[in-house]
Amino acid sequence: MKSCREVTRLLSEAQERPLDFSERASLRFHLMMCGACRNFSSHMASLRKISRAYAAGKRDAVETPPDRSRDD
Amino acid sequence: MSEHVAGGATALTDPEYLEGLRSQMQRFATLQLGDQDLAEDAVQEALVGALKSARSFGGRSALKTWVFAILKNKIADVLRQRSRYVEADRLVGTTGEESDLDELFTRRGHWRPEERPVPWVDPESAVDDREFWRIFETCLDHLPGRQAQVFMMREFIELESHEICAAAEISVSNLNVTLHRARLRLRECLENNWFAERG
Repeated sequence: MKSCREVTRLLSEAQERPLDFSERASLRFHLMMCGACRNFSSHMASLRKISRAYAAGKRDAVETPPDRSRDD
Repeated sequence: MSEHVAGGATALTDPEYLEGLRSQMQRFATLQLGDQDLAEDAVQEALVGALKSARSFGGRSALKTWVFAILKNKIADVLRQRSRYVEADRLVGTTGEESDLDELFTRRGHWRPEERPVPWVDPESAVDDREFWRIFETCLDHLPGRQAQVFMMREFIELESHEICAAAEISVSNLNVTLHRARLRLRECLENNWFAERG
């Protein structure tokens, strides 16, 4: 059984490469029983979405005062 | 969306809009290049590129996404070129960073009770909140320099692992360790300062 620390490492690496069969199996097994790591797993997905939004200039789209954020 | 009303070309001739956009780009580039002048060059080139074909853009938000995409390419170029200048001493010395994993996990690798990740409340709408972005940048600023740089290469510029390894002259395992730590820290910082507070 992998430790939480090891599982978070795999969940991080899954952002860079597809995990192999045994990695996926041990991950599934751990996540079934560990709510904290399930939360961590979904946070990885959120972190990616947030970062992509930031890199697309989203931060400043919301900082523009309302009257300038419109296109008319 | 009403962005068909005014075209991207119109937006880029509006001095006030252009200045705002330029300073946003400057901040984004400086964060990643750590160098005001290099950042300025990248922003300038991206804007010149944008002006050339701004006419084809329907509105400001499409234009902004696109201008940032150009800027990301410029930053990627600079980062790749800079690979040879990465000082060796920034690539060693992870001892200080080792200890912060001990703060999160017990010796046997379990989460410490107070460090267990909790569910995030409405992560989708955070991106629409300007206060959230301030916290995001602050958390990013608190990452150790190399963690921040590698994280930004991966998540903002979307370089692949092998490209980052080449640019930063680190091994794949070093890259994975660095990204793991960056994500652990950033996650925790965002949770403590935003996502958990609202729960």
